[in-house]
Amino acid sequence: MDLIHYLVLSMLLFIIGAAGFIIKKNVISVFLCLELMLNAVNLSFVAFAKHLNQVQGQIFVFLVMVVAAAEAAVGLAITIVLYRNRKTLSVDDADSMKW
Amino acid sequence: MTDSLWLIPLIPLIGAAINGLAGKRLPKSAVSAIACGAAGISFLLACISFVNLLQLAPEQRHVLKVYFTWIASGDFLAKAGFLLDPLSAVMILVVTGVGFVIHIYSIGYMHAEDGYYRFFAYMNLFLFSMLILVLSGNFLLMFVGWEGVGLCSYLLIGYYFDRRSAADAGKKAFIVNRIGDVGFILGIFLVFMTFNSLDFGEVFGQIAAGTERFAVESGIGILTAIALLLFVGATGKSAQIPLYVWLPDAMEGPTPVSALIHAATMVTAGVYMVVRCSPIFSRAPLAMDVVMVVGIATTVLAATIGLVQKDIKRVLAYSTVSQLGYMFVAAGVGAFSAGIFHLMTHAFFKALLFLGAGSVIHALSGEQDLMRMGGLRKHIPVTYRTMMIAALAISGIFPLAGFFSKDEILWSAWAQGHPFIWLFGLITAGLTAFYMFRLVFLAFYGEARYPEEVRHHVHESPGSMTGPLVVLGILSVIGGFVGTPLWMHLGPNRFFSFLEPSLALARLPEGHEFSHMAELGFAAISLAVAGVGIYIAYRIYVLNPGTAENLASRLSGIYRILFRKYYVDELYDAVLVNPTVRGSTELLWKRADVGLIDGAVNGVGSTVQRMAAILKYVQNGLIRSYAAWILLGTAAVLIYISVFRS
Repeated sequence: MDLIHYLVLSMLLFIIGAAGFIIKKNVISVFLCLELMLNAVNLSFVAFAKHLNQVQGQIFVFLVMVVAAAEAAVGLAITIVLYRNRKTLSVDDADSMKW
Repeated sequence: MTDSLWLIPLIPLIGAAINGLAGKRLPKSAVSAIACGAAGISFLLACISFVNLLQLAPEQRHVLKVYFTWIASGDFLAKAGFLLDPLSAVMILVVTGVGFVIHIYSIGYMHAEDGYYRFFAYMNLFLFSMLILVLSGNFLLMFVGWEGVGLCSYLLIGYYFDRRSAADAGKKAFIVNRIGDVGFILGIFLVFMTFNSLDFGEVFGQIAAGTERFAVESGIGILTAIALLLFVGATGKSAQIPLYVWLPDAMEGPTPVSALIHAATMVTAGVYMVVRCSPIFSRAPLAMDVVMVVGIATTVLAATIGLVQKDIKRVLAYSTVSQLGYMFVAAGVGAFSAGIFHLMTHAFFKALLFLGAGSVIHALSGEQDLMRMGGLRKHIPVTYRTMMIAALAISGIFPLAGFFSKDEILWSAWAQGHPFIWLFGLITAGLTAFYMFRLVFLAFYGEARYPEEVRHHVHESPGSMTGPLVVLGILSVIGGFVGTPLWMHLGPNRFFSFLEPSLALARLPEGHEFSHMAELGFAAISLAVAGVGIYIAYRIYVLNPGTAENLASRLSGIYRILFRKYYVDELYDAVLVNPTVRGSTELLWKRADVGLIDGAVNGVGSTVQRMAAILKYVQNGLIRSYAAWILLGTAAVLIYISVFRS
């Protein structure tokens, strides 16, 4: 398999994630889309690492995974707090930070 | 002892500093002791310097003391130095001498005034500035003194600053003087451009040496331009047409100030400057003619206005303007020494007249209107006698001081071939005698015209005021004998030969040869004219009181023009002041400042606000919209990079 195949897959995953991020209203879905985008990036990292025969890409992937894990912890906590306070999981209802 | 030259101005400065900074807490006696002491020591030092100068040979009487380099910038070099030569020696003697006497007088005159210490601090500061002006060895330091005396004049005219008219008069004097100063400083710039130096010795030396480059100019050359610009400055300071209007208003200041600054010393600074720059002026015949014509026109104009004024100090103010005109006539016909001679004698008798007027005002509890005086001869005899001497002196009656100096000017005008100038000068001499004796007769003769309650208070002034009157009276009598004309057969004119070294670099015009008898004849003519003037005043104001009103009503047209001072103030208001004020208000303030400058500043603010009002809707709190924007932005950047940068 060539590099291009991995990159196309990575692009497709990213687009699905980005589109879902914009379209979905449920916080959990938005969150999942976010994870999808991160992993799309991870995929291209490892693809490049293998292609260029360099290890830095793989190291970066670990970094991204750590960030994603931390983000998941914080994000889910926020989701729970949001539900407790607002009785909703819709991102559109959490719009009080505006002009 | 010419080493102590720098002390002469410094001591009044110290006096001014002490009185100005600590005078409020000092008793009045200490304030006046410091001020008068400073003036007195300064006078003493001036006398010592003068004696030392006399001991030098005439050709060595040019002592330049350079103290430090003041400004050095590229080619430009200005040194702070004092120049003692016969001209500045005469000036420092007059300034410190008359100044000292007037300081003494002020002790009595100002004793009841608020801000006593302020008055004396300013007076000492004035002496300092004036001495810097006359002692300076270059144009730049002279300009410092020039502005310094202008400042002191402003401060002292506005001494009663709680009175609207005094504050306005101070401003008027300051602004009119600044107009003249523009000319003066442009002249200084031109001097530096031409000679690459501002030092008197250097500049005049170059002129005298460069006979080719600086020949006598027939039309408008560089020297004429310099001379005319300098003369603009002189017209401001010395109250000549067209800038004389500030001096009569300056009478709002206390009377000793009018005597010292606005009669005896500061207003003569312009004459001094023209004489100091005589090497320039004497090579610019056109400028000389301008000086002469402006001088004679001012002389006649001011004398005619003085004929009808009712305020005692205003009569004297117009008389001062008129006499300053004489000095410029002298300078304009090339008789520089005669101008300085008249400057000196005028300082004596005009200071005396003002101090006498102050004594009269003092006796009448502040009355200045001649129409409400009269009959004071018996009540204030010392003032009366000294005023009489001064009036005779200014009228040019032999053998008082004014006779010698004024006659010298008139004679020079005739001898240099200006018969019309002589004629106008002669007529003005008659007018001078008339208005001076009108003043004396109205104040001291006839019926008392002041109210009953003032009558009880009429009293002779204290000794500190009459003493200076007597001293100045004596000077007004004998002051002329330092420069006796040739026909008196008392030897050559000592004053003129003393001044000669200062004028060595000037190209004095060749006088025509006239016999002494001719000069004597002209003296007799001016004496007769002055006598006629006095006699007419006597007829009108003493023998037939009431004639004046008759004349005024019969010649009401002329009378009104003279009384309203030829409407010059009104003309200036209409042509210059009001358009300036209105232009500033309507155009510069309401259009340019409010519209343009404030508009630009406010416009930036309101534009930002209006744009923000539109843009704020982007921040809608919807996380999905932010994500969409980020995506769009990223896409845009990527497209830009891939399309335009590759």
